Amino acid sequence: MFKKILIANRGEIAVRIIRACHEMGIAAVAVYSDVDRASLHVRKADEAYPIGAPAASESYLNIQKILDVAARSRADAIHPGYGFLSENAKFAKACADAGVKFIGPTPAAMDAMGSKTRARQAMERAGVRFVPGTLRGLESFEQAEQVAARIGYPVMLKAAAGGGGKGMRLVHAPEELKSLLEAARSEAERSFGDSEVYIERAIVNPRHIEMQVLADEHGNTVYLGERECSLQRRHQKVLEEAPSPIVDADMRRKMGEVAVRVAQAAGYTNAGTVEFLVDQQKNFYFLEMNTRLQVEHPVTELVTGLDLVHLQIRIAAGERLPFTQDEVQIRGHAIECRIYAEDPDNNYFPSPGKITLLLAPSGPGIRRDSGMYEGWTVPMDYDPLLDKLIGYGTDRDQAIGRLTRALNEYFVAGIKANISLFRRILSDPDFRAAKMDTGFLDRLLKQKRSESPADPKAVEVGVIAAGIFAVLGSAAAGAGERPGANDAASSNPRAASNWKIAAHKEAMR
Amino acid sequence: MTYDITIDGKNYRLDLNRAEGRWSCRLDGREVEVDAVLARPDVLSVRIGNKAYEVKYERVAGEMYLWVGSARFAAEVRDPRSLRGRARAVEDHGPKKLIAPMPGKIVRVLVSQGDEVEAGSGVLVVEAMKMQNEIKSPKKGTIQKILVSEGAAVNAGDVLAIVE
Repeated sequence: MFKKILIANRGEIAVRIIRACHEMGIAAVAVYSDVDRASLHVRKADEAYPIGAPAASESYLNIQKILDVAARSRADAIHPGYGFLSENAKFAKACADAGVKFIGPTPAAMDAMGSKTRARQAMERAGVRFVPGTLRGLESFEQAEQVAARIGYPVMLKAAAGGGGKGMRLVHAPEELKSLLEAARSEAERSFGDSEVYIERAIVNPRHIEMQVLADEHGNTVYLGERECSLQRRHQKVLEEAPSPIVDADMRRKMGEVAVRVAQAAGYTNAGTVEFLVDQQKNFYFLEMNTRLQVEHPVTELVTGLDLVHLQIRIAAGERLPFTQDEVQIRGHAIECRIYAEDPDNNYFPSPGKITLLLAPSGPGIRRDSGMYEGWTVPMDYDPLLDKLIGYGTDRDQAIGRLTRALNEYFVAGIKANISLFRRILSDPDFRAAKMDTGFLDRLLKQKRSESPADPKAVEVGVIAAGIFAVLGSAAAGAGERPGANDAASSNPRAASNWKIAAHKEAMR
Repeated sequence: MTYDITIDGKNYRLDLNRAEGRWSCRLDGREVEVDAVLARPDVLSVRIGNKAYEVKYERVAGEMYLWVGSARFAAEVRDPRSLRGRARAVEDHGPKKLIAPMPGKIVRVLVSQGDEVEAGSGVLVVEAMKMQNEIKSPKKGTIQKILVSEGAAVNAGDVLAIVE
């Protein structure tokens, strides 16, 4: 078993991996960029090494610097987390060359699945049904026209090297094809350095259902149940759940067996996810495979009782899977909310800044995977994911109830967070009835929110509390009371202290 | 202590006294039975009669907010007796500063000094994290001063413009 693991990541996932290391008696090495010195993952690690400027290319994406830290710290393995270098075959190979075990699949498996066109070709060879369209990049506009006419509009143009919704264009009619193809190509070139674009039939209102797979290095591959990830905004997942409300045991087995075939076709080892699009007739089509641990892995952990990061480490250390497919049970229901530092009242504009107050929920059925803490300043240099709040229950209704309760307990001050978005989603009748597809969130956000008038009792309490805070003055002051740069009190310090003195006098009367 | 408090656009007069750790409270002349305990800085546990509330205090960019449960209210508290209180009251009807909510760059200035603006009309556009954010005027009035120009880098809390 490894003695020391370097976590080539930051934020909540780095904390989660460090915790797994400590649970297994393994030392954890953290790396941090200049803006991450006070991060939670640095505080939780056993060793921490600075790796330079905030820009990812200079720090968390810098292969040389990461391997340099691995050598200096004598780490015997590297866990890449998700994002950053987790699906970078060059990095995986560089680790192997440096004699450090990469906790994840082999470079060859990453390559096989990393290009969406190559993955589709592999699916054709393996007899796996995939979303109809081309297997290779489009060579010309004329070819695109022909294929689109054959498979029928609407069609989706997608970047072969793509992800996160970039390089994707939905084409409704032949007249749009030329300009959208050019747009997709140039965006793909800009985002991934590769303008290869292919074409797929666009499934109407699909559900996005993905299957977790796990394979050891001895030829054993299993599926661990599916996750429904249809709630997306601009192709970014916002809320995920396990199991999918529309997948019964039979469909799970069928999708799981296909997912295992896909993993085997790629020579896959360690943890991975096979993504499917499911149409309204419950036909499922291979979409792509993600060759890493995913953000939403906690929902699978909760319904299976398995610790995926522990298993990743054990597989990388050469152990066999400690259970068979038959022993995998799905129990209960879990729903995850991705809490971002974004302003829901201002088009989800990122909201970095200092967290002046944090009242975080806990209690039955609540799991929080977090990288934030009260007093921390959210940097603006990275994806503003604050934490993942997961509700678990014996069934979907209980999971929703617990998560709703936890969201009502959740309070963050000093920055804006998208907590209110989840209250909206969880109270939506269609969501509660599990009527979801990838267009759900866009439709929900388009709805005009009826501004319910302020509850007069709450206003009354607010007035009284405002007065009480004023009377208590500096005694009540937390970080929230520190005057801002433009605060009248700070611009007139004598006035501020007079007010505080008066408050003290009153309080002592 | 007496305060003039504005919440949700309405004004209230609050008389508050504390004796032997107990509060007595009169809201717009009406007596209210209040029991309040500071749980931790910025967090108040309030009982009104037997109903319980958790109230959080937040100060962002010079504005004060109170959260009663999950409902947020912008609030202003003025002590009508103090000189500063009176000056503050005048100030509230006076010029308002537009503050940069986060670090970024001014990409567009939409108005000029002397322009008339409505509450909510755009004054400047700040860009940060590859997104653009329009800073709007908080009130109807005239642009008294613009303190930044296009291309300027700003920090959170910087005064960008003044509307009077």
